[in-house]
Amino acid sequence: MSTALPWSNPARVATLLDALARRILVIDGAMGTMVQAHRLEESDFRGARFAGHDHDLKGNNDLLTLTRPDVIGDIHRAYLDAGADLVETNTFNSTSISQADYHLQPLVRELNFEAARLARAACAEAEAADPARPRFVIGVLGPTSRTASISPNVNDPGFRNTSFDELRLAYREAVAALIEGGADILMVETIFDTLNAKAALFAIDEVFQARGARLPVMISGTITDRSGRTLSGQTAEAFYISVAHARPLAVGFNCALGATELREHVEVLSRIAGCHVSAHPNAGLPNAFAEYDETPGHMAGLIGEFARSGLVNFVGGCCGTTPAHIAAIAEAVAGVAPRALPLAAVEGRAA
Amino acid sequence: MNTPPRPTRLSGLEPLVIGPDTLFVNIGERTNVTGSAQFKKLIKEDRYEEAVEVARQQVENGAQILDVNMDEGLLDAEAAMERFLRLIASEPDIARIPVMVDSSRWSVIEAGLKCLQGKGVVNSISLKEGEAEFLEHARRILQYGAATVVMAFDEQGQADTVERRLEICERSYRLLTEKIGFPPEDIIFDSNIFPVATGIEEHADNAVNFIAAAKELKRRFPHSHISGGVSNVSFSFRGNNHVREAIHSVFLYHAIQAGMDMGIVNAGALAIYDELEPELRERVEDVVLNRRPDATERLMEIAERHRKGARNKDNGDALAWRELPVARRLEHALVHGIDQFVVEDTEEVRKLSTRTLDVIEGPLMDGMNVVGDLFGAGKMFLPQVVKSARVMKKAVAYLLPFMEEEKKRSGEASKPNGKIVMATVKGDVHDIGKNIVGVVLACNNFEVVDLGVMVPAQKILDTAIAEGADMIGVSGLITPSLEEMAHVAKEMARRDFRIPLLIGGATTSRAHTALKIEPHYEKACVWVKDASRAVGVAQSLVSKDLIDGFLAKVRAEYADVRERHKHRGTMKRLVSLEAARANGSKLDWSGYTPPVPRHPGITVFDDIPLTELLPVIDWTPFFQAWELHGRYPDNLTDPVVGAQATELFNDAQAILKQVIEEKWLQARAVIGFWSAARVGADDLEIIADGETVRLHHLRQQAEKPVERPNLCLADFIAPEGVGAQDWIGGFAVTAGLGIEQHLERFHHDNDDYSAIILKALADRLAEATAEYMHLRVRREFWGYAPDEALDNEALIAENYRGIRPAPGYPACPDHTEKQTLFRLLDATRNAGIELTEGFSMYPAAAVSGWYFSHPASQYFVVGKLTLDQVEDYARRKGWTRQEAERWLSANLDYDPD
Repeated sequence: MSTALPWSNPARVATLLDALARRILVIDGAMGTMVQAHRLEESDFRGARFAGHDHDLKGNNDLLTLTRPDVIGDIHRAYLDAGADLVETNTFNSTSISQADYHLQPLVRELNFEAARLARAACAEAEAADPARPRFVIGVLGPTSRTASISPNVNDPGFRNTSFDELRLAYREAVAALIEGGADILMVETIFDTLNAKAALFAIDEVFQARGARLPVMISGTITDRSGRTLSGQTAEAFYISVAHARPLAVGFNCALGATELREHVEVLSRIAGCHVSAHPNAGLPNAFAEYDETPGHMAGLIGEFARSGLVNFVGGCCGTTPAHIAAIAEAVAGVAPRALPLAAVEGRAA
Repeated sequence: MNTPPRPTRLSGLEPLVIGPDTLFVNIGERTNVTGSAQFKKLIKEDRYEEAVEVARQQVENGAQILDVNMDEGLLDAEAAMERFLRLIASEPDIARIPVMVDSSRWSVIEAGLKCLQGKGVVNSISLKEGEAEFLEHARRILQYGAATVVMAFDEQGQADTVERRLEICERSYRLLTEKIGFPPEDIIFDSNIFPVATGIEEHADNAVNFIAAAKELKRRFPHSHISGGVSNVSFSFRGNNHVREAIHSVFLYHAIQAGMDMGIVNAGALAIYDELEPELRERVEDVVLNRRPDATERLMEIAERHRKGARNKDNGDALAWRELPVARRLEHALVHGIDQFVVEDTEEVRKLSTRTLDVIEGPLMDGMNVVGDLFGAGKMFLPQVVKSARVMKKAVAYLLPFMEEEKKRSGEASKPNGKIVMATVKGDVHDIGKNIVGVVLACNNFEVVDLGVMVPAQKILDTAIAEGADMIGVSGLITPSLEEMAHVAKEMARRDFRIPLLIGGATTSRAHTALKIEPHYEKACVWVKDASRAVGVAQSLVSKDLIDGFLAKVRAEYADVRERHKHRGTMKRLVSLEAARANGSKLDWSGYTPPVPRHPGITVFDDIPLTELLPVIDWTPFFQAWELHGRYPDNLTDPVVGAQATELFNDAQAILKQVIEEKWLQARAVIGFWSAARVGADDLEIIADGETVRLHHLRQQAEKPVERPNLCLADFIAPEGVGAQDWIGGFAVTAGLGIEQHLERFHHDNDDYSAIILKALADRLAEATAEYMHLRVRREFWGYAPDEALDNEALIAENYRGIRPAPGYPACPDHTEKQTLFRLLDATRNAGIELTEGFSMYPAAAVSGWYFSHPASQYFVVGKLTLDQVEDYARRKGWTRQEAERWLSANLDYDPD
């Protein structure tokens, strides 16, 4: 892909790479868990602007960026206070494909742009308070509600409810707005189906080409269960090989599993990846009430071991994690040396 | 320079990492419509489920990358690529390996790349159209995340010298790595493998040049790979597979040493190099390495002698197994199908046994169990199993009198596994497949009651009751037989049968059984895909422990098929008959003068010399009858089935020799030509002996891309009133006359193997007669191509003007039109062929059809029909709609009420 293009913001990338060379960076925790705690109602989601919208909006967390920016901004601030170096934009479902479920496709550009601005503002505040500590906005690209390489119809294995090109166009719209809104990094995350991710990476490259400049890209897959495969059937190594052409800043895994179950797959990436490695697991596996109950102390202990074993460069949390988890994790990895990049990769990066 | 390794990393669901320690990487080649006639047929006929099985076999046989190619003129290659890749993506045991998207068209490659979640390979790009396009495509490949094959091809053409290969590869490499940062490890050079020993001096260095180029490419570009299509190198020895195989192994031996590390390879040649007979190896090496000017002549000298050389090696210790203990000798004889000593060995065991039955239940069954295991594991092939059965039958035949004797004394009897009544259904005479199944079941200790061919339902069911059968098996080849099988099922339900009904034969399918047969007999109705599945199915059905679970699984599967069928959606959209007709092929008749036959009317050929037919035999289907897939003659060197195919071929040649020398079979033919005109949209009217006769045809209704017509055979005949007098021809040929007494003799000798070979040979000779007559029709009797000269391959590939479609086959699927054809030709009197009530021909080794002469005439598949065409066709034929639906049942796009 376009390694030949210059960085969009070379100074910030230099700061990021410098920090990565010296320590393990901490990504924030769950957005959904935190939103739930606010017990918002349909009217909160709608606000004044969407009071007359033709479809229920409760549950469309990404819309809160526009209707309750105070709630989203507070969540970003809470994670930054807890010690996160990077916060993720509230854009997990901000593609035309996912927003179609709420009849809000025309809003996609605005959702991504405003979410990036909101996160950027929270980071700027934190940097003003502690100038020695840079903070970064990760523009999030979620998996969408469809899969390009799995048939949703068990009786017709050749059927698909989306295509590479449909996904590519949807992601392109989101990517451009995230960059314009001020994202420092892009992250394709919670990848169930690698073909969806490849469409996202293709779209990212197209936007980079059009802008004549690029951002660092992170890629995070999801091992769905103890079979050790993604939902679309790939092993950890096959997953890495399938996305390595994007020359990412980091690859990793998030969601679905807790740190205990995720460890062996992160270890595979750590062994083979020519780039940095990230891990932001759930707070354990869901209990009988579909809640995550791994305590901050317990989870931080597990992640701390990842760090001491030299597996990771980025750590964080996914479903069920809170600022308390992130604070504990930040403490657990503080002062532990980050995973060293393979030599060939270091040389390659110089290009 | 010492560079650290940069392994090439590819992926399907699992990784494929090719590093310095990786041995030669095998690329599966059978999922390629340009390389596999079988795969092409499946794709063209929309049989994707079976096409997926081809991919599965490739993976099971050790392919590490799967090459997929859909480049075929009549196909929508983009759509076919997309559909096939999506289907195999749902099969974890196939999708685990990376895909090589193979096409000469970029749009097809891109359609393929959009379906791959893993990192695949593009095959291929080149500088043929210049740098700009080359780099543009390479950039796209980077964005999609794939490796690529680069052909040594540039604006000037294909590279054939070392210098040109290096020049083009170097230029390609520099452009890729320096201009766009393409990873060197993701570049695979294909620098063109050309044939050697062609007799043309410039070709003598072809292999040497490839190898020299490979060596230098590997030196200059250590991270990149070198691949190629290996079978090209031995092209000039087509027909002599032993020598071809030797050339492949010698070539690969040197090419791999030089740096070739991937390729499409047909022979399991790597290990054989050391085992090659020294004289042959030396002379092949002389050719491959071009070590002496007379190398080709010297290889030719010994090539004939080495045609069967593969076997000579074994002869030294060919009889060593005779030293084994007798039980092991019997096992060896059964596994290797050697009947030479079986009677004396059987007698030896019998003398040592207390009861004769112990001989069967002991060493003989033990040996057959070994055969069964090997067959089940895919290590033996059908012809071998049938040969084993022949040995077994001989042994049992020898023991029978002794057992009768003992039985008289004790009153005991042996107990078979179970009993099956088998038949080819009423109206159908095809039984090769059924006989193979019968033999396979018999050698697995099932008692088989074979009622033969054209057996009415009532007789099948009466026999099943009388014999106390455990199951019934029905088979058939022609489409009307499907209807008859449904009838058998209905009758079984009506007469309250409880035993399982097994369905088999070439036109049957899981879908048809699920949709049209099983609903009539839900107790137990099982489709058996081929002979290799028959034993497993039968054993499950006679086992008290297995039957319930097995049937439950089958029922669920069929219910699923029916459900899927209901929701099958818009895979293939059909247009109305009116729209299809409006989009018919519109030939320009104004400047066209139809050729006038030189011999109008009927011409009869009573005794066509069989030797004339030999050159036009298409052998590939002969092997398919034995479930040995692959194209002749390449299948003879196939790493998996090659040895077995060669052995079968040799046995067939021996019988064919007798057939000819002792005149076992008579080939007869009748042809005729009549003036004809297209009337209405889809009918033809011909004048025969002053009488006007109507021929009826059907039209494709599939929605077509722009500028592709909805075809109907009637389109190829000049319509009334355009001022051009057109003609049509007809033919009926057979090569099966006289076969019965020889089949009888083989059966009497317990030699089903030879009997089945003879039947399959008769089929091939009948097809050859049709091909031979068509050639003579074009050259002499119709005479529109007097100078045509084609070799056999060109004939099989149908590279000539005019077609000979057969009623009942895809271009004209209505079998009943055969009745008109037979009447016009008086085929029963003139060629000795009879038509059954199901419109099957007897003898079975027979072919009949129409001749069309227009240069634009072509074969096609009529495919699915909607109600409007069926009703229209019924009107034209003077049928009720129900009659039309019955005869066209295989083509209906809807469920008739």
